[in-house]
Amino acid sequence: MLDAKIPQGPLEEKWNNYKAHAKLVNPANRKKLDIIVVGTGLAGSSVAASLGEMGYNVKSFCFQDSARRAHSVAAQGGVNACKNYKNDGDSVYRMFYDTIKGGDFRAREANVYRLAECSASLIDQAVAQGVPFGREYGGYLNNRSFGGVQVSRTFYARGQTGQQLLLGAYQALMRQVHQGHVKLYTRHEMLDLVVMDGKARGVIIRNMDTGAIERHSAHAVVLATGGFGKIYFLSTLAMGCNGSAIWRAHKKGALMANPSWTQIHPTSLPQSGEYQSKLTLMSESLRNDGRIWVPKTQDDQRPPNQIPEEERDYYLERRYPAFGNLSPRDIASRAAKERIDAGYGIGPLKNAVYLDFSRAIREQGEDKIREKYGNLFRMYEKITNVNAYTEPMRISPAAHFSMGGLWVDYELMTTIPGLYALGEANFADHGANRLGANSLLQASIDGYFIAPYTMANYLADEIKSGPIDIKHPAFEAAERAVKEQLQLLMAIQGKESTDYFHRKLGHILYDKCGLSRSAAGLQAAISDIRALRTEFYNNLHVPGGLGLNAELEKAGRVADYLELGELMCYDALTRNESCGAHFREEYQTQDGEALRNDKDFSFISAWAWTGNDQPPKLHMEPLHFEFVTPTVRSYK
Amino acid sequence: MHIRLKVWRQENTDSAGKLESYELQNVNEDMSFLEMLDVLNEQLMKQGVRPVEFDHDCREGICGQCGVMINGRPHGPLKNTTTCQLHMRSFRDGEEIYIEPFRATAFPVKCDLKVDRSSFDRIIQSGGFISVNTGQAPEANTTRISSPLAESAFDAAACIGCGACVAVCKNSSAALFTSAKITHMALLPQGKEEAQDRVLHMVNQMDAEGFGHCTNTEACEVVCPQEISVLHIARMNWEFNKAHILRK
Repeated sequence: MLDAKIPQGPLEEKWNNYKAHAKLVNPANRKKLDIIVVGTGLAGSSVAASLGEMGYNVKSFCFQDSARRAHSVAAQGGVNACKNYKNDGDSVYRMFYDTIKGGDFRAREANVYRLAECSASLIDQAVAQGVPFGREYGGYLNNRSFGGVQVSRTFYARGQTGQQLLLGAYQALMRQVHQGHVKLYTRHEMLDLVVMDGKARGVIIRNMDTGAIERHSAHAVVLATGGFGKIYFLSTLAMGCNGSAIWRAHKKGALMANPSWTQIHPTSLPQSGEYQSKLTLMSESLRNDGRIWVPKTQDDQRPPNQIPEEERDYYLERRYPAFGNLSPRDIASRAAKERIDAGYGIGPLKNAVYLDFSRAIREQGEDKIREKYGNLFRMYEKITNVNAYTEPMRISPAAHFSMGGLWVDYELMTTIPGLYALGEANFADHGANRLGANSLLQASIDGYFIAPYTMANYLADEIKSGPIDIKHPAFEAAERAVKEQLQLLMAIQGKESTDYFHRKLGHILYDKCGLSRSAAGLQAAISDIRALRTEFYNNLHVPGGLGLNAELEKAGRVADYLELGELMCYDALTRNESCGAHFREEYQTQDGEALRNDKDFSFISAWAWTGNDQPPKLHMEPLHFEFVTPTVRSYK
Repeated sequence: MHIRLKVWRQENTDSAGKLESYELQNVNEDMSFLEMLDVLNEQLMKQGVRPVEFDHDCREGICGQCGVMINGRPHGPLKNTTTCQLHMRSFRDGEEIYIEPFRATAFPVKCDLKVDRSSFDRIIQSGGFISVNTGQAPEANTTRISSPLAESAFDAAACIGCGACVAVCKNSSAALFTSAKITHMALLPQGKEEAQDRVLHMVNQMDAEGFGHCTNTEACEVVCPQEISVLHIARMNWEFNKAHILRK
């Protein structure tokens, strides 16, 4: 039975109660405790820096060539916090409610409340680090509004909020590296978790520059390795983003929760050809001033500016008058897909919709729009060669964020004692759909304000353990398995590249486990993925050797994706309801809205690995709603 | 499009490298430059040739990991554009394109087009931060910062750490990179407390890494994807001299 370890008491007192009673590690003992942090995005950098400041011995690993390049850097729009600086009715409770409703009542009340509760401190911390948030002329911090809410609680640094927050955390991390509290390993990729006597005790790491396989031991291991949306091949994620660290932890016993809940972001640039390697995101903040439409007639060949106002279908404003263009992401993406599938898509591949700024430019002037979104318009022009000040943008949905991830309890600990998952790598706070600007928030809160407390509660009992020996048989076995797998991949010597398999997997998942799913489709996807996996192990070609070799790195990640993809399909297949990003065609209302089933599916699906080609084992964590009543999530 | 490539191939840091010639047919002008390299690598793998190693990650111009010399210019012909945001429509059919790594003593080549830029991390480690532990921060709105000041700090903070400024500089100077961080923090009230130590340590580290001196050619600003201004270098020098004079 899964125990989420939710503290007793009223919602607003749970976290304070927890902190008041959690065990502590005294400052003199902290340097005796080793902690490994994998990943240097917002969650990884912030937790490594915070633990280093407290005096723990920290090792930090990232696969990029610098900690500053982790993909948090690419988040554009902003970070939410309920400071209520706009005096527009915001509060911790309001933010909690928006988030839990936004997640379609598929997240834990206590976790979500804590997220809202800690949000204000993040803004304080980031400002103190020198993050240059947007300000009003009087010098106070400014806010903008974001999808799915009716208050302005989003703090931003132009369209580069993720970059600036990450640089704040990265600089805090660099300070700890300089002080010797954190040892940093860039270009190092985790290839396995080492479990001893049921506890996480270390990792096997590959030095990507030399190919050396290294053992690192610790009293606790933190995975802050981000999301796995790159499994769809075409996604808004960085090329190196992967699910390997969490997947290998899963195969060592950590449960995976809600793996099929992937956010498909509505405002990405459409695919233009087969060679394409990624889909670039355009910030959701554009929907504050941009209006989304398609022509009212199918297959309309006219350029957008020649289509008169009365022949345009502003379908979000039509279907969701209360929220309109600011409807949450799952709703906006599905509405776009509905129009595209019905034959109203625009662009050469008929796979996009328009995002139009002409009214905003008319009302506010081009300068104002340039001030707000200049960098995004520039980016759009660089990629598409189109000037969006004079012609609407073409946008389309793309795989973006993993709401699912490793199952964690209230302390962010996985089902393996001593193994923590932070940020996007865990499943915890966003339910079945994440609200815009809550991702940077969750990663930061997990790292700065939650894990430093909850890890002490575990580490307090580890003081007596002494240093963990890397000569232990568990390290030997894990290292051997990693080396064997690398040699196996090299030895296949087939005909097709890793990307060939990755693209095929992406096609299967977009088609059958993407914006809409059906039982028949998912069953077909499972057998398709199995067949693809067999082909992969028979016909993969990895050139080069075991040293520096980008193709070998990719091959290992795709080998894991080929297993994770199957689990996603099982997860989607078992959930016979529609909620948030998970839309099962069999479960919808007459007007095409998601039909949730609280009676039978108000639980978190947590999956156990049982070996390849066998169905995974489902564990359920029931969701209890003590403080809010799940309602039909309406944005009409 | 038909493209002729001359690509720098080098096994490892210690080996000698050389330019190899490759040809690509059917290049689509909407392809990004890195997607063109993906296609090249697929072709090389089919021919049994080791694919070209190059740095890249986000492919949306913000992580700073990509960057090669394209026809002698960091990030290629477009102004304020990273390599990943460059598209093949910027080249002519039949054009010959030279692709080489960023070159500087402080950026040793690892393999082909991949270079080691950890020297940038060490410059930041030497002082590119504001010393505030988690939990120490006061309420964010207690310090008012005018919008223009916050925007100026942002302009400097926008640096992505790609190293194009070093690669283009005849002295391989990291002055633009270092000064951008110094300016970002010197402008803000939060950063003033440590301004003296910061500039002294960061400039010393920059020298220790083997970067050259700035002789004000201003080429760095021209190739910077983020339009970081050379005026920050003037501010760095001013902060540096001030720190020397006022140092106790």
